[in-house]
Amino acid sequence: MDTLFQQIINGLVLGSMYALVALGYTMVYGIINLINFAHGEILMVAAMVSWSIIGCLTELTPTAPKWLVLLLSLLCAALVCSILNYWIEKIAYKPLRSAPKLAPLITAIGVSTLLQSLAMIIWKPNYKPYPTMLANSPIDVGYTGVVHAVITATQLMILGVTAACLVCLVILVHHTRLGRAMRATAENPRVASMMGVKPDQVISATFVIGAVLASIAGVMWASNYGTIQHTMGFLPGLKAFTAAVFGGIGNLQGAVLGAVLLGLIESIGSGYIGDLTHGVLGSQYADIFAFIVLIGVLTLRPSGLLGEQTSQRS
Amino acid sequence: MRSLVLKLGFLLVLLLLPIALQLFGNAWVRIADMALLYTLLAIGLNIVVGYAGLLDLGYVAFFAIGAYLYAILCSPQLSNNFEFIASIFPSGLHLPIYFVLPLCALLAGLFGLILGAPTLRLRGDYLAIVTLGFGEIIRVFLNNLDRPINITNGPKGIGEIDSITLYGVSLSKKMDLGFMQISSVTLYYYLFISLVALSILICTRLEHSRIGRAWMAIREDEIAAKAMGINTRNLKLTAFGMGATFGGVSGAMFAAFQGFVSPESFSLMESVMIVAMVVLGGIGYLPGVVLGALLLSALPEVLRYVAGPLQEMTGGRLDAAILRQLLIATAMISVMLLKPSGLWTAPTKIRSQS
Repeated sequence: MDTLFQQIINGLVLGSMYALVALGYTMVYGIINLINFAHGEILMVAAMVSWSIIGCLTELTPTAPKWLVLLLSLLCAALVCSILNYWIEKIAYKPLRSAPKLAPLITAIGVSTLLQSLAMIIWKPNYKPYPTMLANSPIDVGYTGVVHAVITATQLMILGVTAACLVCLVILVHHTRLGRAMRATAENPRVASMMGVKPDQVISATFVIGAVLASIAGVMWASNYGTIQHTMGFLPGLKAFTAAVFGGIGNLQGAVLGAVLLGLIESIGSGYIGDLTHGVLGSQYADIFAFIVLIGVLTLRPSGLLGEQTSQRS
Repeated sequence: MRSLVLKLGFLLVLLLLPIALQLFGNAWVRIADMALLYTLLAIGLNIVVGYAGLLDLGYVAFFAIGAYLYAILCSPQLSNNFEFIASIFPSGLHLPIYFVLPLCALLAGLFGLILGAPTLRLRGDYLAIVTLGFGEIIRVFLNNLDRPINITNGPKGIGEIDSITLYGVSLSKKMDLGFMQISSVTLYYYLFISLVALSILICTRLEHSRIGRAWMAIREDEIAAKAMGINTRNLKLTAFGMGATFGGVSGAMFAAFQGFVSPESFSLMESVMIVAMVVLGGIGYLPGVVLGALLLSALPEVLRYVAGPLQEMTGGRLDAAILRQLLIATAMISVMLLKPSGLWTAPTKIRSQS
């Protein structure tokens, strides 16, 4: 019982990080029908940038409160990633908007590889320890005598920040001019542009918002796991995409639901797979749960749990 | 007449190339061998991506399946780990190539069908993600199938793999022709180039066959193809299976050539690189694909020699592997932006212009 409860907490934390990345995928896919392969790399760049900033700040002002340093590094990372994602869209995807579908997909893979190799050159390819910026002592959250589980301050922060981001995003999409323009473009870009919406601006805005969410996820991913490397963006990116498909691509609520469910499946699955198979398969197989879910969803219910909300122009 | 002379000259150059390269050292012939292996892979992937228009990002998985099957059946791996096999084959399983190679092709093809069957109803970009996931699953299994029973030897990989023996001639030893000696790498060069020639032959025949024309119809417009009475599901499965078969054969060749396989050789980066070769050269056009494969596999190896001073200049940040990755990435982006149909494209418009 204790294990189950603990795995649920871990799964929620994992799922909320997936959710932030999945939102970026799902928004971009909803508007321009492109799987932005480079999205996971944005997460990696954010972690790397914030690592450098934290390194600089702790050297300059060793007495500054650690949460402030983390916040500042997050802001810088979000800024860098927004600019980066803005230009990626302008250079690599925009000229190919009317090209055959394979073309932007291939440039996206190229951009992803390019970002990885640039990160390798700038930050070197070794694993880097990411400093713990929040108190790391586990907090007991169990009911005495019944179940027992622990959660760290970092994990609490992840849950809180994700919730805050989701609220902001919902307000943005449903109650602002930009949000209405985004929904209109996703529905039908040609008609939207007749109504005075500028699709190019909306698409850029979508990429910037996606980058901000991904960089928040990146910094939190790094603080939660404590190591960063140039390939760290690949798996979260792939799983977040799985989550977006799971929930129904183009659908914001779906992405969050899919991400949380995927996080739970993964952590509970990896917690119990050893017992269930009598030690034949261990927790090292955790990564394949996401793919099994992906293949299962795509075969049984290709439009995802909550249904797709994308424009049908192919 | 002139074209015949040209063709014969070309053939002569191809046959004499390894002997010329040999003068500079075995390393150069090895580069040529690897380039040919990649060409074989690219030709196989071209069936899936180029003809049928299905983006497969996990192609290296079939390469891995072929390589590991060959490695397991032609090395002491199983005898080292299983008592009952050791009691029958005390020096390890060493099955003949005539038996193992078809088996590798068959198993890889079977996996191609297994992957294809549930995923072929998907839209193109979903397919890319699922195949990518499949590639990763295979790698996770290769990495972890060393316990509870040791099949793949985990991250350590399998060594002591037999080299190929054809008609009693072992390709791992020098061949003495009396007036000259042909080294092992050169023998492999001849084997690989004949395989490449064979697969080019198969692919050109396929391209102009009923199946090939149906694939291209599916690539251009699936719904229209279906309306014309093409069984799209079966044909897509055929494309997947055939592509995978090529991957399996090249995998077996790779294992025999290297004598060692480990999961490291089958990373996602390899899949991306094979896709890049097909795309860069010219999707769906064989000469282009061969050109792309040769360029992307040989050029980085050559760059290794200039990378040394560059590495010193940048304080060790820019080594050959990173340079290779950088080159592939920029090539993929710029070719797609500037020349979306590839460097060397078909003279007739057989490609969609939409």
